[in-house]
Amino acid sequence: MAILLTKNTKIIVQGITGSEGSFHTQQMLEYKTNVVGGVTPGKGGTKALESVPVFNTVRDAVEHTRANASIIFVPPPFAADAMLEAIDAGVELIVAITEGVPVRDMVTVKHALAGSRSRLIGPNCPGLISPGVGKMGIMPAFIHLAGRCGLISRSGTLTYEAVKQLSDRGIGQSTCVGIGGDPVPGTNFLDALKLFNADSDTDAVVMIGEIGGSAEEEAAEYIQSEFKKPVVGFIAGQTAPPGRRMGHAGAIIAGGKGTAKEKVAAMTRAGIHVSNSPADIGATMAKVLGK
Amino acid sequence: MKIHEYQAKQLLARYGVPVPRGNAAFKVDEAVAAGLSLGGFPVVVKAQIHAGGRGKGGGVKLAKNAEELKTLASQILGMQLVTHQTGPVGQKVQRLLIEQGMKIDREFYASILLDRAQSRDVFMVSTEGGMDIEEVAAKTPEKIVKVAIDPATGFQAHHGRRLAYALGLNGKAFKSATVCFEKLYKAYCAADCSLLEINPLILSGEEIIALDAKVTFDDNALDRHPDYAELRDLSEEDPAEIEASKSNLNFIKLDGNIGCMVNGAGLAMATMDIIKLHGGEPANFLDVGGGANAQTVSAAFKIILADQNVKAILINIFGGIVRCDRVAAGVIEAAKTEHVRVPVVVRLEGNNADVAAQMLRDSGLNLTVGGDLTDAAAKACAAVKGGK
Repeated sequence: MAILLTKNTKIIVQGITGSEGSFHTQQMLEYKTNVVGGVTPGKGGTKALESVPVFNTVRDAVEHTRANASIIFVPPPFAADAMLEAIDAGVELIVAITEGVPVRDMVTVKHALAGSRSRLIGPNCPGLISPGVGKMGIMPAFIHLAGRCGLISRSGTLTYEAVKQLSDRGIGQSTCVGIGGDPVPGTNFLDALKLFNADSDTDAVVMIGEIGGSAEEEAAEYIQSEFKKPVVGFIAGQTAPPGRRMGHAGAIIAGGKGTAKEKVAAMTRAGIHVSNSPADIGATMAKVLGK
Repeated sequence: MKIHEYQAKQLLARYGVPVPRGNAAFKVDEAVAAGLSLGGFPVVVKAQIHAGGRGKGGGVKLAKNAEELKTLASQILGMQLVTHQTGPVGQKVQRLLIEQGMKIDREFYASILLDRAQSRDVFMVSTEGGMDIEEVAAKTPEKIVKVAIDPATGFQAHHGRRLAYALGLNGKAFKSATVCFEKLYKAYCAADCSLLEINPLILSGEEIIALDAKVTFDDNALDRHPDYAELRDLSEEDPAEIEASKSNLNFIKLDGNIGCMVNGAGLAMATMDIIKLHGGEPANFLDVGGGANAQTVSAAFKIILADQNVKAILINIFGGIVRCDRVAAGVIEAAKTEHVRVPVVVRLEGNNADVAAQMLRDSGLNLTVGGDLTDAAAKACAAVKGGK
């Protein structure tokens, strides 16, 4: 079955008529993803990419299409509003691709999520893909292979690197989730791990973290106490200097906290197979799976 | 984005937070005039640089009269101030804050920042004012009291009371603290700060006053605060990093000799890591973002090569949806226009990677094709050794 994005997922695209939104909708459709509609205020009643109906509001779109998921390509100043609109319309799965959302906005969104039926992936993320089922994101589909290995990552292109290493070794993926590089993500490692733990079609998980925050440490604690499947890990930023933001808003060693060293230590203690080199993620998983 | 202490204090004053009277000065005579306008001595001469630890570095001095003020101002203005945060070269002092001297009865610490684990703002106070708070947190964590603020209700009176009691205050001082805390939180939210730190926050008589102020803005929110965006002081930033940001490149200079050009922040960090694993030292972090075309690669070459330490360059691009042959064409064009003087190892992965590799080999330029990540890193490290 995979997690989050399954055969029952019906997707709308918020910001479908923008350049990013329309380009990636096309890519998602080519991968046979179940995109049922789009939202752009003021363009309701028209069609995007010749066949996708566009609505003025998320509520309209949900009402007409019965969509239960939304992917957001809305510019940063309006992205939080788009997320809140999807939450308000009861959309179960929301993926926010937008990079550069103010932190204060995300604190508000995170609060709104707590009392809702929605789950948010991102923002500032590549989205998620269940190979063979569909993709809600901007990742290149061709590097993926359907299979039984899950993947969770804070990064974009580094995730593609890891996926390719897996696919090259014949290790297919159930679902790959890019949780994003922001300090306040909708879904963190822990949340995603819980879903993989319960998924009967996932045998093992790759977890790619990076410097900043303590989400990897919290995930490691959970893995040690409750996670039933083998985990391969990697932490980017072993050579990153403290106090500097390494591209991602959340990738910063602040007050001596959030170093790669601490994270690797916590993960190793929890029994995670940590790969020292980013080039060995696939090989480490192959070894763990006895391939 | 960081701002200077005097700018932070002006911001806080706008929200009603008590700060000492003071004025910024860019020249010695301005400093003297600023001191005299305060209506009495002593005054404090404070170097304005973005790094902390200014007092210990000799950048904060007390002047008892106009003559002393003039001497100190001329000493500090233009000095190369070295603190534990500036690195050994230090930072040139180009601005001063001349401030009234305050009677200090007690020194506290206060800060507000995001607690990532809770996704909430946390207001922190400590009785150990004036100290390095990281040291306090490590040695005596019980001396730091934290209050998490629910985003739905915001800062409440009970938060203020809890913090003020934690500092052992009572009477008028207690009241002054609770009012001050509420205003600090208001300023923090309204200005989209990512950090607001007051160290020390002092008790002077019965009044609580922000004797120092450090404000960092959330870069992602600066678009809605054009007036704060103007406070950016470019002289405090690395010129190469400013140049990079003009081309929408994310660049951070490091000490090594292998220049890195990568798409995506996570992969860029991982590329630095793998260089280190192969015994090399990365010269920089550089994320060229999604569109690795001739223009962005050219700009990236310029910035990397401006660093004379760079002996080789490793380009690592995961093509993703963009085809690798297009990226290769961009790299070749850029390498020609920039007259790249060092060996370049190029590793392109993704769609049409083999076509791209052949293009690079046929280019007639000093471009080495890297196979996988390990191969590329090994070749880049070897290129540096061979060049010595």
